[in-house]
Amino acid sequence: MPERAGQQHGPRDLRLVGLRKAFGSAVAVDDLSLTIPAGSFFALLGPSGCGKTTTLRMVAGLEIPTAGQVLLGDEDITRRRPYERPVNTVFQSYALFPHLSVEENVAFGLRRRGRKDVKGVVAEMLALVELAGFGRRRPGQLSGGQQQRVAVARALINEPEVLLLDEPLGALDLKLRRQMQLELKRIQTSVGSTFVHVTHDQEEAMTMADTIAVMNAGLVEQLGSPRELYERPASRYVANFLGQSNCLDGSVVATQGDETLVEVHGVRLLVPGRLGPPGSPASLGVRPEKARALPWDAALPADSAVRDPALRNAIPGTVTDVSFTGLSTQYVVRTAWGEDLGVFSQNAGGEAPVLRGDTVVVAWRPEHTFPLAPASVVAEEAAEQPLPRPAVPPTMAPLGS
Amino acid sequence: MTAVRTAPVTATPPADQPPVPPDRRRVPYLLLLPGLLWLAVFFVVPLFTLVSTSLQTGSLEEGYALTFSWSTYGGVWTTYGRQLLRSFCYAGSATVLALLIGYPLAYAIAFKAQRWRNVMLVLVVAPFFTSFLLRTLAWKIVLADDGWVVGTLQAVGLVSDTGRLLATPAAVVLGLTYNFLPFMVLPLYASLEKMDPLLLEAASDLHATPMTAFRTVTWPLSLPGVVAGTLLTFIPAAGDYVNVQFLGTPTSQMIGNVIESRFLTVLDYPAAAALSITVMAAVLVLVLAYVRRVGARELL
Ligand SMILES: Nc1ncnc2c1ncn2[C@@H]1O[C@H](COP(=O)(O)OP(=O)(O)O)[C@@H](O)[C@H]1O
Ligand SMILES: [Mg+2]
Repeated sequence: MPERAGQQHGPRDLRLVGLRKAFGSAVAVDDLSLTIPAGSFFALLGPSGCGKTTTLRMVAGLEIPTAGQVLLGDEDITRRRPYERPVNTVFQSYALFPHLSVEENVAFGLRRRGRKDVKGVVAEMLALVELAGFGRRRPGQLSGGQQQRVAVARALINEPEVLLLDEPLGALDLKLRRQMQLELKRIQTSVGSTFVHVTHDQEEAMTMADTIAVMNAGLVEQLGSPRELYERPASRYVANFLGQSNCLDGSVVATQGDETLVEVHGVRLLVPGRLGPPGSPASLGVRPEKARALPWDAALPADSAVRDPALRNAIPGTVTDVSFTGLSTQYVVRTAWGEDLGVFSQNAGGEAPVLRGDTVVVAWRPEHTFPLAPASVVAEEAAEQPLPRPAVPPTMAPLGS
Repeated sequence: MTAVRTAPVTATPPADQPPVPPDRRRVPYLLLLPGLLWLAVFFVVPLFTLVSTSLQTGSLEEGYALTFSWSTYGGVWTTYGRQLLRSFCYAGSATVLALLIGYPLAYAIAFKAQRWRNVMLVLVVAPFFTSFLLRTLAWKIVLADDGWVVGTLQAVGLVSDTGRLLATPAAVVLGLTYNFLPFMVLPLYASLEKMDPLLLEAASDLHATPMTAFRTVTWPLSLPGVVAGTLLTFIPAAGDYVNVQFLGTPTSQMIGNVIESRFLTVLDYPAAAALSITVMAAVLVLVLAYVRRVGARELL
């Protein structure tokens, strides 16, 4: 791979500062601030219409922000022309030039910058995306997956400091998609450019990205590594957008060291962290796969629950649904106050079988509990947002979705 | 197609596919029938008549008889070569002018007009609501010696104080340009309108300046429209005789005027027919050379 053309500086972070874009009265991106470290694989994750494409277009220079700045290192590129930025884009709909061969599509950026000896580099790039031998074809003669790889090659060959990928794998079938995910990740590691990958597929974001920003209605809800976001989602929105969660509302009873005791409809649960003074509202969540559904009598022999940390957080309820998926069994347990809790149990054997109608206890370890922003605050925020939110019910996404 | 792992397989249809029923197979021919009949009656038959007329000899007084003599053709070349050349020059100039005016116009309608798009398209076609003859006559008034166009040009100094526009080649070319401009604009618009504006953003993203993006993306993608537009302008313009009659002079006749007078005034049918066929052949050769040159055969 040749040296990056005309680059006199070291790796530079991409910084978005207070970025905002309004189309008339509709706000597509609202006061977005992000620092994307140089050389990282960064995912912008969010439902359709939350402003992901608009954000990328502002970085590419195809959209002028209403307010805010786009910086590369310390250089302000907010108003630079798209063709003057060290940024290239893989468009959501590819936007391949239909009148040019695959080779000429890929060579386009190099030629515009006056490179003459492009043949070798182009062949190398086509080989990298496994399209060697397709150079003479027109884009119209390729399948969707092949076109997508041409789009990647066409952007990547310029060795941009920042490569923007707008749902580039959306049109691919599952198998090719998995293959391309690994491929892109490999390419990113070997090229070392900063990749900003936009997707609405949480699994894709989790498998590929070093850092994920979960976007919702023009705002970043939470930023972190895939593991952080999954293990410690900060809001119901994130908790349910990345996988599924059981979310519960209650109020603080007492703070015990680094843990807080929260009462939810009379059940006392331990939550890591300090959630505020006694009496203040508190919300918490737990992943279905971290919870177990145990028969009532097995779970509560006198005071063993207090001693066994695996059973420390326990909510009684009735099993209303059991579905066997092979890998796991999914239970829906209705609590005394009518909320449904999900439990995924791996079919590892050993656990006593639980049937529909059984009275059980949903139990989990306190450290698997995550505190959430209180429901009232989230609800107010949601009411202020004019843009659509995903159809996720407040407590739990439907099981097996 | 070479067999490639991920390429869509265009295999022969499976053997057990039911054969197309006979009456289904006839449908395409039935659909072609009206068009073919029309062509046979109004194109093939007249063409034969024309060819056979051109092979007659004789005189108006004695009557013309079919003698299969090609001699008329030789005479036609030597006598009217100048008019033929002039026709192509005028038509060519008008085509270039129409392209220069029509391209920006079509571009603006396709990409910038937004909600005014339909209004502008109607305006482009609006002249067709008046007769061709009336429009050309109107130009006679516009370009008149005491009209405001000549007056303005004289004031600016582009035309000398005694200079005029009417009865000059410029007037004829202007008239041709005006009359055939819609034939240029509409195909150009159709090809530009089909273009995905995202392609220009992609070009810009790939370091193309707006000029380069036009040269490497917009222009090549609009070539089918350019070819169609130039042909639709050039071919009728080359055969036109009305513009010369109203806006030109008898000494600067186009080939259409010659054919018209041979047929309708002099009544020299063989020469007129031979001339018509010569013009047709010449235009055909020019068009083929042009289309081949632009490489638009696969685009059309
Ligand atoms: N050019 C535009 N004009 C008006 N509204 C737009 C435009 N582009 C995007 N929007 C609106 O901005 C919001 C965010 O769009 P977009 O960035 O495309 O979302 P995403 O890529 O996350 O699906 C949407 O509500 C969309 O309707
Ligand atoms: Mg999008």
